[in-house]
Amino acid sequence: MIQFNSILVANRGEIALRIMRTSRAMGISCIAIYTEADADSPHVAFADQAVCIGTGPVGDSYLDATKVLAAARETGAQAVHPGYGFLSENADFARGCAEAGLIFIGPSAEAIALMGNKAAAKRRMIEAGVPCVPGYEGADQSLAVLQSEAEKIGYPVMIKAAAGGGGRGMRLVTQADDLAAALDLAKSEALSAFGSDEMILEKAVMRPRHVEIQVFADASGHTIHLGERDCSVQRRHQKVVEEAPCPVMTPELRAEMGAAAVEAARAITYLGAGTVEFLLDESGAFYFLEMNTRLQVEHPVTEMVTGLDLVALQIRAARGEALGIEQKDVALQGHAIEVRLYAEDPGQGFLPQSGPIQHWQPATGAGIRVDAGIVSGQEVSAFYDPMLAKLIAHGATRAEALESLIGALGDTVLFGPACNRDFLIDVLSHEDFAKGAATTSFIGDHFDSLPEAEVGSADLALAAVLIYQADQAALATTAGLQPELLGWSSQGALQTRMVLEDHGGVQTVLLCQSGDGIRVIVGEAEHHLQQQRGCLRLDGLRVDLRSHLLAEDTLYLATGTRQLKVTRLRAGSKSGSAAGGGEVRAPMHGNLLEVCVSAGDPVAVGSRLAVLEAMKMQHEILAEVAGVVTEVAAVAASQVKAGDLLVQIEKDKATEESK
Amino acid sequence: MKAFESRINTASDSFAQNRADMLALVERMRMLEARAAAKSEQRRPVFDKRGQLSPRERLAALLDPSMPFVELYNMASYLVDDPNPETSIPGASIILGIGYVSGVRCMVFVDDAGINAGAMTGKSVDKALGAIDIALKQKLPFIHLVESAGADLMRYTVELWAHGGGMFAGLARLSAAGNPVITVLHGASTAGGAYQPGLSDYVIGVKGNGMAMLAGAALVQAATGEIAKDADLGGAEMHAEVTGLVEYLAEDDAHGIEIARDVVAGLGWQSCAEASKDYEVPKYPGEELAGAIPVDYRKPYDMRELAARIVDGSRLRDFKPDYGPATICLQAHIMGQPVGILGNNGPIDPDGATKATHFLQAMDQAGTPVVFLGNTTGYMVGTEYERAGMIKHGSKMIQAVTNLRVPKISLYTGASFGAGNYGMCGHAFGADFLFTWPNAMTGVMGGEQAALTMEQVARRTAERKGVEVDEARLAKQSAGIAAHFDNQSDAFFTSGRMLDMGMIDPRDSRAVIGFCLATCMEARRRELNPNAFGVGRA
Repeated sequence: MIQFNSILVANRGEIALRIMRTSRAMGISCIAIYTEADADSPHVAFADQAVCIGTGPVGDSYLDATKVLAAARETGAQAVHPGYGFLSENADFARGCAEAGLIFIGPSAEAIALMGNKAAAKRRMIEAGVPCVPGYEGADQSLAVLQSEAEKIGYPVMIKAAAGGGGRGMRLVTQADDLAAALDLAKSEALSAFGSDEMILEKAVMRPRHVEIQVFADASGHTIHLGERDCSVQRRHQKVVEEAPCPVMTPELRAEMGAAAVEAARAITYLGAGTVEFLLDESGAFYFLEMNTRLQVEHPVTEMVTGLDLVALQIRAARGEALGIEQKDVALQGHAIEVRLYAEDPGQGFLPQSGPIQHWQPATGAGIRVDAGIVSGQEVSAFYDPMLAKLIAHGATRAEALESLIGALGDTVLFGPACNRDFLIDVLSHEDFAKGAATTSFIGDHFDSLPEAEVGSADLALAAVLIYQADQAALATTAGLQPELLGWSSQGALQTRMVLEDHGGVQTVLLCQSGDGIRVIVGEAEHHLQQQRGCLRLDGLRVDLRSHLLAEDTLYLATGTRQLKVTRLRAGSKSGSAAGGGEVRAPMHGNLLEVCVSAGDPVAVGSRLAVLEAMKMQHEILAEVAGVVTEVAAVAASQVKAGDLLVQIEKDKATEESK
Repeated sequence: MKAFESRINTASDSFAQNRADMLALVERMRMLEARAAAKSEQRRPVFDKRGQLSPRERLAALLDPSMPFVELYNMASYLVDDPNPETSIPGASIILGIGYVSGVRCMVFVDDAGINAGAMTGKSVDKALGAIDIALKQKLPFIHLVESAGADLMRYTVELWAHGGGMFAGLARLSAAGNPVITVLHGASTAGGAYQPGLSDYVIGVKGNGMAMLAGAALVQAATGEIAKDADLGGAEMHAEVTGLVEYLAEDDAHGIEIARDVVAGLGWQSCAEASKDYEVPKYPGEELAGAIPVDYRKPYDMRELAARIVDGSRLRDFKPDYGPATICLQAHIMGQPVGILGNNGPIDPDGATKATHFLQAMDQAGTPVVFLGNTTGYMVGTEYERAGMIKHGSKMIQAVTNLRVPKISLYTGASFGAGNYGMCGHAFGADFLFTWPNAMTGVMGGEQAALTMEQVARRTAERKGVEVDEARLAKQSAGIAAHFDNQSDAFFTSGRMLDMGMIDPRDSRAVIGFCLATCMEARRRELNPNAFGVGRA
């Protein structure tokens, strides 16, 4: 038995808090690491001790094993919990912990290293008799070999980074012609993400479900599984919704997949929590995908249906204790669904967002769990993954859990950076999802191109009225004015004029008091808002307004299904409206990998101008207008800020006129 | 104080008839206001082409959203330059009122450049003088959004020009008194108008359109032969860089207004408003004023019914109700502010006049503002009243009214005839604010009465000369006199001639009086920082 009474949590955000909560409940003291950018994060405030290990970039902080180990030494930590991401699947780090005399809460460095290499892992699984997808994991990475192997497997094939995970360095190729280009992109992504551009090829199982089995092993080799999670709803290989159990699971299939997963763990002498991911096709056949040798983001759904605390089990396993639970004791109660709340803008191709959180108000209620790592007033940094929180609902049935989760999302308010809350509501509300029929192609099929979140005239009217009322309230107190005179003018109908901006669209809105309400004119449209017994009615219909906030000149509002952000433009504060649309600016903070044009180059709509790497993804910056490049204002391999001018294009007159 | 018990049946036919009559007059007023707005709107293409806001848009952008605004002299000039009621445009090509800018109560003066390019009408000078007088008296910052073609040479009169100098004298006085004067040059400000920015404490010039010069290109060429460009003579940019006449350059109208709002915010103009007190709204809603009150002054009604629809909780304390009962003296509160109310239930008799005098002096002693609700055909005439000293009692009342030190707010609600107008704080009696209902009749006497008087004179002359009365001629004369008097008495006519500060919807009476009372009380509490000469411009 190994005892320890302090854990350094080598992570940040919601998972750091999650781990610390259980640790503290077990009487273990918690040590946080953080960066200057994260100084206001709640995980720092929660910890018993906290060590600053860098300014912001992950390479110099959370990903820097030396700094993390130094922090552990400095604080006298006895154990390290890596959470997920960062160093959690870094075998060298696990080894480093052991060498520093620290208990690494996770499997052995060997198990991590083995599963960390997809090719090696697959070979081992095939040996262990675990069903695998046909593919190529060879060391010969020449294009010719990869091309012939791809032909052998048969298109469509999936290219994956051998060292990868989380969708990075991953591309689907449907025809031979696209292979070379896809390989280039995937390799470069993989190289920058994992330091290796080794690729593997796999037969792409079309429209499969992503079903993973949670396994647990103690030091004695006692290995069990805790059932499955269905993580089929993914966007660009990033999980969006996870649930347990899988909607199409049968006890027989579960037993079969569970046994395969347990076999996979045993084959590598696994310790602690692990997840064996499978693709499950329509026929019920399943193929080993990969094994994650850490706690998963989506572990709460398993906790909610099993009633177990997975972090507590991890700690027990790390101490060398028995799990204290047999396979037959694992019972699944009801259904749990989780969604991930990201600071990203679905209307702008899910671009990650950063900036201050003006207001964070998570849902509460029976069967609702919110794992969050944020507080109001905190800055969402562009340095880190934009996942801010997870919302999990548990119900007796899937339908109950689903309804409860949609309700909880409606009750959750995040004002500040744009987030995917409304997108999640739309996903959960989709009939295919409700039927439990979602496969990995679900989002691509139904939410492929999201229209830019257009704010309609009714929304603008509502926003304008809320701004108007906020102004009114503020002014009424400063001037000591009698409330009955508010909104009154001897002229009868004095108009208030407001210029509002939303997603770059600028609209003038006119408001005037009219009878028992406010008349709002938005372009051609006219709306009427009334306040009745504390409830707002728009054109006679009750507005399901959950929360709103006016910060400076930006109004945030949340209804049960929509979160909006509308900015009042003051005169003279014209938002940097590009001169004719030819100014191409960085859409976010990031590293400019490549600039593809030079001054004088002609460009067409859609021409690739630059590649920006941010939030671990490579974003292609394309020309929105045709014309000639007049200026390249940024250099490759440099850090750029959101809004920095990258390229200036002089628009082609002819094409403009023809519009 | 007990709440007043109304005896008006709002379900009665007479209420319905009164209401319909009053609302028709309100409708006429709104139609006239809308006529000015519509006329101004016709210039929209020009504003659009120049990238300008319309004058009403400028006003809306300047004022704090949803804060109250009382327009002043809304009917000014109606039937003055153009005697045709169907085409005459009210407003004197100026939109004027008191409203809030950056939380500060201000006098707001907007040139209505949509009407004859903002050229002055016969009443524009008077309206500007009125604005300056009120701003001085109520200690209000003065904001002028300028775009005016200046004097209308087609309507030039030498008096108007001489009289017009008063505007500049007024600006100089405002600055010296400690009332900041802020001007936004949205467009032209030529000739005399150029002294508007010159006499302002803060000038914001809109690039491209804002202009101030003693003479535009046309006049310069006529005078000296020089061929000049307007921008070089007086463009906002030139003034910002060369003459220093412009402090702040704005990109466009909206930006200029935003700067003006910033300037006001930066005045550090402390609020002298008292924290709002709890008070009751009237038990009888102001909406009932259209209906409760007959439109025709010849139909008597109890002025308490009117007062009850204006004051807090409809609570009235009657001062000497049984002495001189046709003159009503009431104490009440309006939006928490104690007020004395002087009203009429008929002609003022000697007892009424002495009671009113006593009451006014008591209000003055207590520092309580007085609200005049005028509906009187005058002081009583006849042997009995003359013998009772009507002249001296009436004079005493006029002395009290004139010399009251407390705020005076006057409202014409029906008849306001003869010396009764004087005794009830009419046009010449220095009211802080004086508004009219659209049904009011103001004049030396009613048309019928004037006609009858002249008829009596004619009959007596005929009798004395022993000649036969030409009945047909007399009837024609009477009709002519009646029309001559009544036309001039009509509120739309008197308001057009600026014999009040504006026409209001009777239903707004409480709001208007409440707002004006607050304006007056705020001014009383305010200490300005006067200086001898005003702020000299660098």
